[in-house]
Amino acid sequence: MAVLVDDRTRLLVQGLTGREGTFHAQQAARYGTNVVGGVSPGKGGTTHEGWPVFDTVREAVGETGANASVVFVPPPAAADAILEAADADLDVVVCITEGIPTRDMLPVIAFLEGRRTRLVGPNCPGVLSAGKAKAGIIPGHIGSEGNVGVVSRSGTLTYEAMHQLTRLGLGQTTCIGIGGDPLIGTTFVDALRLFTADEATEAVVLIGEIGGTAEEDAAAFIADGFRKPVVGFVAGQTAPPGRRMGHAGAIIAGGAGTAAQKQEALAAAGVTVVKSPADIGAAMARRLGG
Amino acid sequence: MKIHEYQAKTLLAAAGVAVPRGEPAFTAGEARAAAERLGGRVVVKAQIHAGGRGKGGGVKLVAGAAEAERAAEAMLGMTLVTAQTGPGGRRVGRLLIEEGLDIERELYVGLVIDRALARPVLMASRAGGMDIEQVAADTPESILKESLDPVAGLLPFQARRLAFGLGLERPVAGRAAAVMLAAARAFLDLDASLLEINPLVVTSGGEVLALDAKVNLDDNALFRHPELRELRDKAEEEALEVEASEHALSYIRLDGRIGCMVNGAGLAMATMDIIHLAGGEPANFLDVGGGANADQIRNAFRILMADPNVTAVLVNIFGGILRCDVLAEGVIAAVRQLKVTLPVVIRMEGTNVEAGKRKLRESGLNFTTADTMSEAAERAVALAAG
Repeated sequence: MAVLVDDRTRLLVQGLTGREGTFHAQQAARYGTNVVGGVSPGKGGTTHEGWPVFDTVREAVGETGANASVVFVPPPAAADAILEAADADLDVVVCITEGIPTRDMLPVIAFLEGRRTRLVGPNCPGVLSAGKAKAGIIPGHIGSEGNVGVVSRSGTLTYEAMHQLTRLGLGQTTCIGIGGDPLIGTTFVDALRLFTADEATEAVVLIGEIGGTAEEDAAAFIADGFRKPVVGFVAGQTAPPGRRMGHAGAIIAGGAGTAAQKQEALAAAGVTVVKSPADIGAAMARRLGG
Repeated sequence: MKIHEYQAKTLLAAAGVAVPRGEPAFTAGEARAAAERLGGRVVVKAQIHAGGRGKGGGVKLVAGAAEAERAAEAMLGMTLVTAQTGPGGRRVGRLLIEEGLDIERELYVGLVIDRALARPVLMASRAGGMDIEQVAADTPESILKESLDPVAGLLPFQARRLAFGLGLERPVAGRAAAVMLAAARAFLDLDASLLEINPLVVTSGGEVLALDAKVNLDDNALFRHPELRELRDKAEEEALEVEASEHALSYIRLDGRIGCMVNGAGLAMATMDIIHLAGGEPANFLDVGGGANADQIRNAFRILMADPNVTAVLVNIFGGILRCDVLAEGVIAAVRQLKVTLPVVIRMEGTNVEAGKRKLRESGLNFTTADTMSEAAERAVALAAG
C-alpha cells in the first residue's frame, strides 16, 4: 500500500506544455505513473508528447477520468490552477511551484476546507510512492520499495533521507514533500494521519525546519497516540534569527520557531531526534532493528 | 523585503491611517528645512531597517530647526547599534523629521499571517511602545486578536470590538477602529507579511495616529507591485547578498570560516548544522537551487569566495535534476576561472555521481572528496583551521 498516489492514480499535468511540465511528465510516466493528459489554457485540442491537452481541468477530467494533478504553473497563476483542480473535485493536487504570494494562498486554503481535494505543497518536490507512481520532481531512482514513510518540508533533504534509507536496505512506502511555504495544504499532522491508516507504513521519517509550529503540532499528534516509530530531524539549528533561510516559511520570528524548540517537542513525544542529517537512515535502522 | 519607517508611513497614510506630519531628510540641510516647514518641536528619527532605535540614540526630540540640523549632523553617518541590529550596527543614511505630539496613550496594533489558522490576524494591545514579543510572553491575555476573512478582510464590528476592548471611548474608539480597518486593508493590498504600528498614539486632542510604523513586504508578491519594489534600500543589505539576489541565488552571510555551496534550502541549512556539529562554523547559507547551471555555480563560487573570512569551501550537492557530472564540470570551470587556491571539499550524491567523481579526479585540481556529509564536514573543518 501507499498514500496519496499509487497504481490507481490517473495524473493530469497542469502546465504540461511548459519546460518543467514536459520534463517531469515524461519522468513520471517513465517511473510507471499513469499520466493521462495535460491542461494548458489556450492549447486545448492539441497533443503534446503524445498526451491530450485541454483548456480546462473539468474538461480534462471528463475526457480522461483523471483523479489527481500536479501543478507546474508559474507563480502568478498557480493559486488559480490549484483552485481549478479543487473545483473539479480531484482527490489530490500536488503544487510544485515556488514563489506563490502568501495572499494568493489564503483563499485557496479557505476554499479547500470541507472539499474532497487534498493539496500537497506548494513549493514542494511532490509525492512518490515507491515502485508505483509519482507526482512531482522527486528522482525515482533514489527510492526503493519498502515500509518507511517519509514526510519533509525540504526537497533535497527528502532525497537525502530516501537515499540513506535505500542504502541501508530500508525501502519506502510514500515520500511526501509538504513544502517550504508558510501556507501549505498538507501538514505534518495530515501526513501522519495518512500514514496511520496505511498498513504498509511501519515507521516514519519526519524532516522539519525552522519557522512556524508545524513540528510542535506533529509532536502533539504523535504524543496523542501515533503508534509507529518516528525518526526526526530539524534543519536550521545554526540559522540566525530573523532571516529567511531560502524557504519563505523558514524564519525564526520573535524567538519563535527555533530548531531547539522543535527538537525538544519531538523528543518529548518519543521521536528519535537526530542532530546530524547524516544520521537519519542509521537511526531508523536502529529503531526498526531494536 | 523590509522598508523604512517613512516609506511605511507614506503607504499607510495613502491607505487612510493618520500619521504625524513629517518629511524624510538625507542631509542636515534638508533636516533643517523640514523642521522649519513643520514648525515648533520636531523629532529627528534615524531610518534603518531595525527597531530599538530610541535606546541606541537614533531618536531625538528637539526644540526647533537649528537644533534639528545639529541632531541630524550627529546622526547621519553614525553607526547605530540597537538590540535588533547585531553588534555591528547599521550606518544611518536617512532621517525622518516629524512634528512632536502631546501623547496621552500609547497602543499597539500589528498584523501578521497566522500560519496555523491560514489567516491574517490583527493583534491589539494597550501596551504600546513596548516589545510585543515580551508582552506576549509576560501577559498573553493582554493581547486582543481578531482573524481576518481571507477575502472580506477585517470587518467593522471586529474593529469596534478591538477598540472597545482596548478601553477606548467614543469618539476616540471610532477613530482607532478606522485606523485598524485601514491598516488591515493596507496589509492585504500591499501583500505585506508584517504590518506594525507601535505605538499607535492617542494625543491630548483625541487624535489617533501611527507614531511608528513597520511594514515588511512578501518578496513573492513584488512582481505585481513595481512601485513597492522601488522602495528597496540596498544600503541596508549586505552587499554580497544583494549581488547574490541578482543571480537568483539565495545567500546569507554568516560569521564562520567555511563557505558552503548547496542545492536546496533544507539541505543548505542542514549543511550549516553538520559543520557546527563537526566543530566549525559556516561562513554563509547558499542555496544554488534545483536547476543550477554552470553560470550560477561560477557566480556562487565568486560570491562565497568574496567573503575574506572564508578559509575553506564545502560543496554539498544531492543530484536529482541537477546531475552530479554537470555540477562537477561547473565547479571545475569555476575553480579554474576564479583561480581558487583555498581547499575545496566536495560531497556529491545522487544522479550520475560516478561520472561526476571521475571528472573531479581527472581535472588535476586539488579537490578533497568525501562520500558522506559528516566526512565532508569534518574534512572542511580540519582544512579551514589550516
